Formats: sequence, structure tokens, C-alpha cells
Amino acid sequence: MISIKNVRKTFGEKKVLNGFDLEIPRGETLVIMGRSGCGKSVLLKIIAGLLAVDTGEVWINGTEITKLKKKPLNQIRRKIGMLFQSAALFDSMSVAENIAFMLDQHTDLSQQEMRKIVDEKLKLVDLHGVQELRPAQLSGGMRKRVGLARALAFNPEIILYDEPTTGLDPVTCTEINELIRDLNQKLQVTSVVVTHDMHSAFSVGTLMVMLHEGRPLAYGTPEALINEENPVLQQFILFGAPDQILNIDNPTLKTFTGRETQ
Amino acid sequence: MRNPPSESASSNGFAFLIKNRLHHALSEIGDAFRLLAETIFQIFRPPLQLDLLMKQLLFIGFNSLTVVLVSGFFTGMVLGVQGYVQLKPYAVEGSVAQFVSVSVVKELGPMITAFVLSGRIGASITAELSTMKVTEQIDALEVMGTNPVKYLVVPRFLACSFMLPTLTIFSTFAGIFGGYVAVVSLFGFNGDFYILQVQNNLYVGSVLISLIKATSFGMAIAAVGCYKGFSISTAGGAEGVGTATTGSAVISLITILVLDFVLNHILFNILGMI
Repeated sequence: MISIKNVRKTFGEKKVLNGFDLEIPRGETLVIMGRSGCGKSVLLKIIAGLLAVDTGEVWINGTEITKLKKKPLNQIRRKIGMLFQSAALFDSMSVAENIAFMLDQHTDLSQQEMRKIVDEKLKLVDLHGVQELRPAQLSGGMRKRVGLARALAFNPEIILYDEPTTGLDPVTCTEINELIRDLNQKLQVTSVVVTHDMHSAFSVGTLMVMLHEGRPLAYGTPEALINEENPVLQQFILFGAPDQILNIDNPTLKTFTGRETQ
Repeated sequence: MRNPPSESASSNGFAFLIKNRLHHALSEIGDAFRLLAETIFQIFRPPLQLDLLMKQLLFIGFNSLTVVLVSGFFTGMVLGVQGYVQLKPYAVEGSVAQFVSVSVVKELGPMITAFVLSGRIGASITAELSTMKVTEQIDALEVMGTNPVKYLVVPRFLACSFMLPTLTIFSTFAGIFGGYVAVVSLFGFNGDFYILQVQNNLYVGSVLISLIKATSFGMAIAAVGCYKGFSISTAGGAEGVGTATTGSAVISLITILVLDFVLNHILFNILGMI
């Protein structure tokens, strides 16, 4: 579904991605982990077509997007929903207008039909009665939920999450993680989550990749990564993850991360 | 005692700094013209979102009307007082209305309106767009398949280009009226004679010059405001927004002055307009 081949990206002298390869199968939730500034968000923006690669290819649903012109790229983007780190809601619009933005720009739906879709998407993210509020009147968690509802408005096949739990309290973090997991199961979408929050990573990911020095250091299921013997990866997980996550067979951990006990 | 190696190093450093600054300035000018070209291309690409244009027309026009009228009025008053005092020793104070009207119509009307709008609207455009950039709202527009130049720049560019000449007309009338109030109330000048003189010296060519200048200034204010708003990096933060906004106001003012000189040269010297 998403295939990244030998992607290189530099900013000035800094090599952020240095021959990066990655395959994300349809329906999976891939978590991209790595230290701050290692290029996680850059990779996400490359997948969304917001940043151009220096060299390499990015394939989405069988189409190579790096050389596409604006119009065909926008067609591909309509299949992608993105939740930004700051939610990136339009301040000058109400919640309903934010969610209906894409429908308003790219369809001929009536106001009534758009209102119906807005209500439906808000219900998906567990929000009610906020349609007329402005983004400034929402809490951090609510903003993320509205951002997610907006990302879902066009029924995307791919959802990109940039640091979905950053800046939220632990309870809201857990709620957002549960929401992402539920949505992925309900909608059967392919998701890419960028995070350095290990609670979030192990809670939502079905696949994980550790980004280090511009390349994937380790790639696989959460269980496989736990058992990897790479010291850089182990140090990252050790410092980031709760103690119990280090023993994946622990039933308490399985409950905590939402994975059922075998 | 002179130290040749250190002087050479310092002069090399200076040359490097100048080269870097020049490279940066040229690259910025190139980027600004690229944005302008894309804006003009997008203007002719349907659909034109009239609701967005109306919103900007109202914001730029209606909200700036009072400040433009007040500045125009007082500029006219100052011209009236200065003109009368300067012309009186030569016993030609009767030409004060001609002095006020010609100055206001050809030069000060568009100039004062442009100065007011560059501080008020140009800076506000930069602050709004750069905040959108920093908070990833412009990235969000792109991800949702909406062209940010079409959605954000085109309405602002068109509204500035249309509202600046419109406001200049108001400012010009306010300026001529300000001159009237000053000379009639302070120096007992004959009001009817003032109006007659204004009518006799107001040519279609002068009004056209005023409108051409105002439209060009409007385009410049919008182009600079939008470019500075878009040119900030996402990581710029609040400091970046502040720097971009200040930079926008300063560059707008300089651009208006340079453009005014170029237009005066083209319109008066080359085309021979009066």
C-alpha cells in the first residue's frame, strides 16, 4: 500500500533520511519511533506529499507520488487523512466548518448533507454538541479529536498521525490511543503513527520501525522489536517504555496496552 | 603596528558576509516573484471563490475607511496651512487650492493610503499567514488538496489591488476637504474660489495617475505581506511571526517608495502624462 524506496532528504548539511526503505502493508498500523530531530515528521510529510525528496521513490496504492504534478497529487491526497501535532485546526472557522472543509472544497454536497457527515464523524471520535465552537474554545484532547474527525471526513484509506499524544495529560493520552486503535479496527485503514511516546507506540502499533541516523534501525511487530538485541533500540525502549512493557508476556501489560491475554 | 594576515582575514570575513547577504536577498526576491507569478496564474484559474474575496474586501476596505479618511483629512490640512504660508510672501496664496489638489491627487492621496494600509493590512496579512504556517494550518490545507496560494493569497491580492484605489479616492476627497477647512477657517480664504480652483485643476489624467499608482501599491502590499507570511519556517514560532511581521511592514514601505519613483518616472517622463 505504501512503499518507500531509497529516499534521501537533506536540509543544508544535515542528512535527515539517508537511503530509507520501508513497506507498509494495507490495514496495518505502523509506528515510526526515533529520537527528536531524527526525521520522523519529515518522513510523514514526505508520505503526505508536503515535502519533496532529494532522491528516491514513494509509492501509494501503486502510484509513484514524488514526480506527480499538483493536480494528480491532490487526487492521491484525498485518500489520505492527516492528524497534525498541533491539530492544525483553522482558527477562523467553527468545528463543523473545519470538518466539512474538504467536502466544501471538493464536492457539491448540500449544507444538510455536509452537516450529517460532520455529525457522523464527530460521533466516531466521541464528541457531541461542539459543532459551533471555535478551536480556541476546545481543550487539547478535544482539538486532537476534532483534527481526527476532519482527517476522516473524506473517508481516507490512509491516516497519518504526527505525534498524536504530545502535550496531553496521561488520561487523555490513553483515550486518544484507544480512539486510534478503535478507528483502525472499525475503518480498516492503513495508519502511520509518528511518536516517541512508548506507551502510545506499544498501544496502537501492529508494526514498528525505529529510525536512526536516517535509516530504519529495526522493523517488525512490537513483540519482535522487544526481543531485538540492538543496544540503541533497547536503550530507546528502556528509557521510554513503562517497565512492564519490557516483558511482553506479562498479562498486566497486555491489558494495559489493550492486547488481550492469550 | 598593522597586522596584514588579521586584516586580510577580517576583510575576507566581511566580503563573505556581504556575499551571503546578497545571495539571501536575491534568493528572497526570486521567491517573492515566483509567488507573485503563481498568484497571477491562480487568479485566472477557475473557480474564483467570491465568498473569500468578499470577506477580504470588507476587512481591507470597510475596516480601513476611518483611518484613511482621518489621515487624508489631516494631510490636506497640513498642505493647506503650509501652502498658504509658503505662497503668501510671493502674493500667490490664491493658488493654494491648486497646490493642495494637485499634491493630494497625484502624490499624497495614493501614498498616504498605501502607507496606512501597509502598516495596517500588510502587517496583518503577514501575521495571519505566518501564524497559519507555524501552526501547520497551511500544511493542513495542502494535505486536504487545497492550493494555499489560490485559497489564501488570491483573495488578499485581489482585495488589496481593488480596495487601495477605492480608498485612495476617499482619501483624496478627504485631503482636498482638509485643505479647504484649514485655509477657509484659519486664513479666511474664499471657499467658493477654493472649490472653483480645485475643479479647474482636476484632470482625468491626474486621476488616472492616482489610480494606477494606488493599484500598483495595493498589489505590492499584498505581495509583500503574503510572501513574508509564507516564507517563515514551521519551526519559526512566535519570534518568527514577529520578525516576519516587522519585516513585512518595512519592506512594504520601501517597496512603495521605490515603486512611486519608478511610476513617476514612467508616467511623467516617459509617457508624458500630466
